[in-house]
Amino acid sequence: MFPIVQARFLSPDVKQFRIEAPRIARKRKAGQFVIVRLHEYGERIPLTISDSDESDGTITLVVQGIGKTTRLMNQLEAGDAVLDLVGPLGEPSHVDRFGTVVVIGGGVGTAIAYPTAVAMKQAGNRVISILGARTAELLILEQEVRATSDELHLLTDDGSRGERGFVTQKLQELLDGGTEVNLVLAIGPVPMMKAVADVTRPRAIKTIVSLNPIMVDGTGMCGGCRVQVGGASKFACVDGPEFDAHAVDFQILMQRNSLYKEQERAALARFEADPTPDREHVAHCHLEQQHPAAGPRAGVREGGECRG
Amino acid sequence: MAEPLKPKERVKIPRQAMPEQPALARAHNFQEVNLGLQVVAAEHEAQRCLTCSDPKCVQGCPVGVKIRDFVELVLSGDYLQAAAKIREDNILPAVTGRVCPQENQCEGACVLGNRFSPLAIGNLERFVADYERATGQVGLPTLAPPTGKKVAIVGSGPAGLSCAGDLAIQGHKVTVFEALHEIGGVLLYGIPEFRLPKDIVRQEVDNMRKLGIDFQTNVVIGKTVTVDELFDEEGFHAVFVATGAGLPRFLNLPGEHLGGVYSANEFLTRVNLMKAYDPSHYDEPIYDCRGRNVAVVGGGNTAMDAIRSALRLGAKNAYVIYRRGEEEMPARREELHHAQDEGVQFLTLHNPIEFLGDARGYLRAVRLTRMALGEPDASGRRSSAPVPDSEFELPLDVVIIAVGTGANPLVQSTTPDLRLNKWGYIIADEESLRTSKRGVFAGGDIVSGSATVILAMGAGRKAARSIHQFLCDGAW
Ligand SMILES: Cc1cc2nc3c(=O)[nH]c(=O)nc-3n(C[C@H](O)[C@H](O)[C@H](O)COP(=O)(O)OP(=O)(O)OC[C@H]3O[C@@H](n4cnc5c(N)ncnc54)[C@H](O)[C@@H]3O)c2cc1C
Ligand SMILES: Cc1cc2nc3c(=O)[nH]c(=O)nc-3n(C[C@H](O)[C@H](O)[C@H](O)COP(=O)(O)OP(=O)(O)OC[C@H]3O[C@@H](n4cnc5c(N)ncnc54)[C@H](O)[C@@H]3O)c2cc1C
Ligand code: SF4
Ligand code: SF4
Ligand code: FES
Repeated sequence: MFPIVQARFLSPDVKQFRIEAPRIARKRKAGQFVIVRLHEYGERIPLTISDSDESDGTITLVVQGIGKTTRLMNQLEAGDAVLDLVGPLGEPSHVDRFGTVVVIGGGVGTAIAYPTAVAMKQAGNRVISILGARTAELLILEQEVRATSDELHLLTDDGSRGERGFVTQKLQELLDGGTEVNLVLAIGPVPMMKAVADVTRPRAIKTIVSLNPIMVDGTGMCGGCRVQVGGASKFACVDGPEFDAHAVDFQILMQRNSLYKEQERAALARFEADPTPDREHVAHCHLEQQHPAAGPRAGVREGGECRG
Repeated sequence: MAEPLKPKERVKIPRQAMPEQPALARAHNFQEVNLGLQVVAAEHEAQRCLTCSDPKCVQGCPVGVKIRDFVELVLSGDYLQAAAKIREDNILPAVTGRVCPQENQCEGACVLGNRFSPLAIGNLERFVADYERATGQVGLPTLAPPTGKKVAIVGSGPAGLSCAGDLAIQGHKVTVFEALHEIGGVLLYGIPEFRLPKDIVRQEVDNMRKLGIDFQTNVVIGKTVTVDELFDEEGFHAVFVATGAGLPRFLNLPGEHLGGVYSANEFLTRVNLMKAYDPSHYDEPIYDCRGRNVAVVGGGNTAMDAIRSALRLGAKNAYVIYRRGEEEMPARREELHHAQDEGVQFLTLHNPIEFLGDARGYLRAVRLTRMALGEPDASGRRSSAPVPDSEFELPLDVVIIAVGTGANPLVQSTTPDLRLNKWGYIIADEESLRTSKRGVFAGGDIVSGSATVILAMGAGRKAARSIHQFLCDGAW
């Protein structure tokens, strides 16, 4: 059991969690993810490790509530616990001194891109960040990204914050204006990643995207997360999740991501109608304090019982 | 207690049939197909044994279960002792009694089989194991005093579990690391409930917890912790790698990305581990098979398990597509017959060449070609080749690919000094199960390639002996 030590909303549908998982906190690198199962009846879903703190053994996850499992998760608070959490999974981002790196985050994609942006900055790159969202209140992690960027551009579809427009327009503008870009990292909704790939392709600018196919085990065992990259089949959980945007078949990714649409819709409707059974399945841990470093540990070790 | 019979009388007793759920009923539920022998039938069956002085059956069992001796204990009505006798060589009799390919092993070697039907050893093994479970009197072995040595077991399938059990009895501190959220390996995520109820696996694991074994789920060795870190940072003195052969193989045919195309691993994991067969309680979705056409490609146990699961999920037509003939199918005969009785249709001597989709990216049909058998190859199996101009389309909504698996690479790729063969399996000495890396042992499917439960268990026990030796004398 993995206790949540802190939980707060970043925007109406996006919540940030700090969860005790010392082994993972020690090990994880930018670009890696965990698989979470909230309770005994729950499904396994992948979530990117947005940050970690080795000293108190926590990892940070940022969750956008879009379906049943993520919405249930976003109802959890400090003191609740996640039943299963495994990782760090996937290949870490390839971080090097590329020169100028443009990091593009759309919606919750910002949280996924953030750790890699930090690593790119630390590796000595000039980092230009472009964050986009539908409207002002959906922009997340602005302060954090600003702190790790040499340049930050904010865009909203409705112009309520930053410039009005799409991240691709800003990217195009930068490129047209002569900004020398060595690498683009784009993470967000599939149509956004596809659009970014279309902008950078004619200029042959290396572009990396983080793919979000449906996963089960996350260890290469089921093949459910297979994506087409350069005509070959790859397992996103072990070969990725980051791939060369110019080689990805986004059409197939979108089709595979909608495989269970009907079941997902039904599950969400049931949950919205009555979330009690699910909430009752969630376990709790008594934490000494909001912050575990402040008091004795909740007595929890990965995979073990919660004795709190 | 039964009176001793003369051999002539013994061979007259017919082999006792295993009671089953009726085929039509069971094809729609996930409860166990075989119901287990009743006491009277078990006694009759035990009486058939000739109690040979040189029991061939024992040689046929990969771990040498003392079959004649346990059958004699059944005859004397001492079922708990019979179970204990099996446990001397096999710690999971309730499992192997159900899933061993007995026809190629113990029963295949039984002398009764020369002129009559072989003794139903598997059914008797299951009988005494179930009896033992029902009484709750599984005799826990006494543990040797603590040795202060720590052993890490990677993977909780039959190889890992049996190794863990034996080492704990010898007084070592054992931790089992499992990547998934439940213990049991293929016994849990692969073999379905209707063939091996998961409660059996859970009960065995609980017994092992009582031996002081620490089970840590959600730990992927190679990712969460590496083998080197197990030694250097977590203080383990030896590591047993039993990660299985869990990597799915695909056919690399056009259309394999379509919705409705599954690997058997994914399909079975969703059904078994994630319990997608019970959608009113569990969240993990699976393609709605009700009223649909479903096929599996392959002819092994995995293929039978997958297609029979699809049938239970409501498939209208369930097909097995296999490129050779029925004779050549590697599945246990019992599974084959059960599948046929339940209404699975067999397209033997057929092979898929393309998956065809609709506009939304879902499978709608498979293109098949007919095949013809050729001469036996070096391994004695007959190869098959496509019959020219024999292609046709079979409408399908779901296809499950069960054409074998490969070595899971996560441990190997992060343990550079582990020697591998050209397919990525770990090389281990046949007797000592030592790998090229000091302190690291390996066994089960990750060494042999996909094999059987009992072979994996045998490897686990062999490893335990060898690890114990290493922990005692430190020699490598
Ligand atoms: C490597 C990776 C990292 C991710 N990181 C984050 C993150 O940091 N924050 C975040 O909010 N989301 C992240 N996601 C997406 C997240 O996993 C899905 O939003 C979540 O699974 C949806 O589940 P649900 O039950 O709430 O919604 P559902 O209604 O079940 O599904 C909504 C959509 O989510 C996708 N989805 C559903 N089930 C799964 C599954 N088991 N695995 C993957 N995708 C699924 C499908 O496209 C589906 O149409 C990541 C996905 C991947 C593959
Ligand atoms: C569907 C199916 C049906 C079968 N039917 C039969 C049958 O009827 N009779 C029979 O005798 N045999 C059968 N088999 C074969 C038999 O199940 C296997 O040979 C046996 O389970 C192998 O045991 P193992 O311990 O080597 O590995 P597994 O049972 O595969 O267990 C390995 C475990 O290691 C875990 N693991 C992998 N990598 C890591 C890692 N890096 N870190 C931590 N954990 C890890 C896996 O999650 C898994 O739980 C069947 C197999 C399948 C798939
Ligand atoms: S373990 Fe398997 S092969 Fe050995 S006696 Fe039992 S059923 Fe037969
Ligand atoms: S070979 Fe057959 S008859 Fe002889 S002891 Fe074994 S089971 Fe009994
Ligand atoms: S999630 Fe199963 S192989 Fe990637």
